Amino acid sequence: MSKGTLFDKVWDLHTVGTLPSGLTQLFIGLHLIHEVTSPQAFAMLRERGLKVLFPERTVATVDHIVPTDNQARPFIDSLAEEMIEALEQNCQENGITFYNIGSGSQGIVHVIAPELGLTQPGLTIACGDSHTSSHGAFGAIAFGIGTSQVRDVLASQTLALTKLKVRKIEVNGILNPGVYAKDVILHLIRTLGVKGGVGYAYEFAGTTFLAMNMEERMTVCNMAIEGGARCGYVNPDQITYEYLKGRDFAPKDADWDKAVAWWESLKSNADAEYDDVVVFNAADIPPTVTWGITPGQGIGINQFVPKPEELAEEDRFVAEEAYRYMDLFPGQPIKGTKIDVCFIGSCTNGRISDLREAAKIAQGRHVAEGVKAFVVPGSERVKKAAEAEGLDKIFQAAGFEWREPGCSMCLAMNPDKLQGRQISASSSNRNFKGRQGSSSGRTLLMSPAMVATAAIKGEVSDVRELL
Amino acid sequence: MVSEVKIVSGRAVPLIGDDIDTDRIIPARYLKAVTFDGLGEGVFIDDRKALNGEHPFDQPQYQGATVLVVNRNFGCGSSREHAPQALAKWGIRALIGESFAEIFFGNCVAMGIPCVTADAANVKQLQELITANSQADVTVNLETLQVQSGNFSTPVTIGEGTRSTFIAGTWDACGQLVANTDQIRVTAAKLPYVGWGNLAAS
Ligand code: SF4
Repeated sequence: MSKGTLFDKVWDLHTVGTLPSGLTQLFIGLHLIHEVTSPQAFAMLRERGLKVLFPERTVATVDHIVPTDNQARPFIDSLAEEMIEALEQNCQENGITFYNIGSGSQGIVHVIAPELGLTQPGLTIACGDSHTSSHGAFGAIAFGIGTSQVRDVLASQTLALTKLKVRKIEVNGILNPGVYAKDVILHLIRTLGVKGGVGYAYEFAGTTFLAMNMEERMTVCNMAIEGGARCGYVNPDQITYEYLKGRDFAPKDADWDKAVAWWESLKSNADAEYDDVVVFNAADIPPTVTWGITPGQGIGINQFVPKPEELAEEDRFVAEEAYRYMDLFPGQPIKGTKIDVCFIGSCTNGRISDLREAAKIAQGRHVAEGVKAFVVPGSERVKKAAEAEGLDKIFQAAGFEWREPGCSMCLAMNPDKLQGRQISASSSNRNFKGRQGSSSGRTLLMSPAMVATAAIKGEVSDVRELL
Repeated sequence: MVSEVKIVSGRAVPLIGDDIDTDRIIPARYLKAVTFDGLGEGVFIDDRKALNGEHPFDQPQYQGATVLVVNRNFGCGSSREHAPQALAKWGIRALIGESFAEIFFGNCVAMGIPCVTADAANVKQLQELITANSQADVTVNLETLQVQSGNFSTPVTIGEGTRSTFIAGTWDACGQLVANTDQIRVTAAKLPYVGWGNLAAS
């Protein structure tokens, strides 16, 4: 049983009580909703004659289904139009703040909440989306929930939960050039396994995370769920406070000082007890690429697709499935794999710093012939900031398409999809079979700079050659 | 909306494979709807197409099965409740597996569908038994924490809190949560951030 960690402190402060079942009733400080997992929840509320208990603690945006080229209403896809209309109506009827397209603040839910300063240390945050773990970058306890639980939060601002164990993942040292936050988390998942985190919250600690900016920390926490951990967090520090200060929903004036003092008090104690501790060395982490059908099937850019005998016995079954699906054979180098589509975006890597790193690679170069490459900013604010810096021009001159904000080809619930057996280099978070919109489409996950490199070279390549 | 779930019994369907994610259980294109209706036909649709009738969910001997037997880390990935909804629409009432992803597990609980775990060898043996005799009944007993089929039986586990909600018929937490509204307001009022910024509670 962990003791004295940020997780323990935040959990205790938000505990309303213990339910007859022994589960904890936990207060949710911030509830985020989007168009895909909320309409059924509102319908359940209506069926039961319940109201939204704290409408001011729920914030909505639209991201999964929005087209990234033509956003004119009504959407060409009538199903997508029906979904956005349902959200508009549910928010209006229940007095919920909604950042709609054109508001200047719309975007992927996990990008906009931090941007707006809604995401703060010490909050419990829930959203009907597994990548809610992203918000843990601020020292919040943030996790994804299903639709029935969205209903529960709307109705009561609480959830019935079992407390998680806490694993401290310490990474120390300086990352090598060409190695980014994305590589760190891909490396951790590859090492700890896609189910290694089940039952745990991950505390990311150590000098490597402390040196990261907030956007890098978000990339890491975003993918905690891909390692099986429902939430991941970094203790808040000066970097957190600097990011937050002055943002729309951040505390102001005298409240700010009180807030910082409170946030400081929530940090894991020096003598905190953890259920498990693992330690990594930053220098051991290479630019990492996935080759298979789970985010744990990753290798260093200069490594080879693993042979079954090199894998733990329990991982061989999925590996066999992956060789077949990906059409890659054991022992083959991943470098040099031809790429059809390059996608830069998503809640993992669609923030301004991600676009800057990719633009550095794209600048003065050109996308290889036959490759479709596109950049999708994570939010309207990211798009505006990128355009103010001229990143759009750099990308376009290099042959990348520059799109409107949304989830895009991360999950392809919109017109952005792979076709047939196309293979993509993608800065998103999931390489599951069929994830990017084609039931035989293939996805290689990597950092945005590596995606840009793949676009320029037309094949999986080492970003360090273009730095 | 309260009903006890103590024993689920029926024919079973084995689904072999680790890390089967919710995108595979129900692809994203089926999520483009404002209700859960119509998800049944989408369950495992891409895997089923790829296997051309050979997927267990298509094989005639498993039609009408209510218990699903899976392997490791079933339901990982996206939080979509559409996944258990699709399984339920197909007919699944209980799952037995080596392990389940947490959000998936929670979604099943919220729908009154128990997911129990057994060790890998027993899960494998059960899958083999069902494959050999698809007409045998499999019984998941939450009171004795046993799964039984003919002469085969194995102990299974499920979190005690969750188990008790099934037994007592209180797995649908919503009513209980709402009933504590006064206490919820007390907890909220003690949280410093509730008074800061313009997201402040009134
Ligand atoms: S970008 Fe991808 S992972 Fe993130 S919220 Fe959208 S669909 Fe989900």
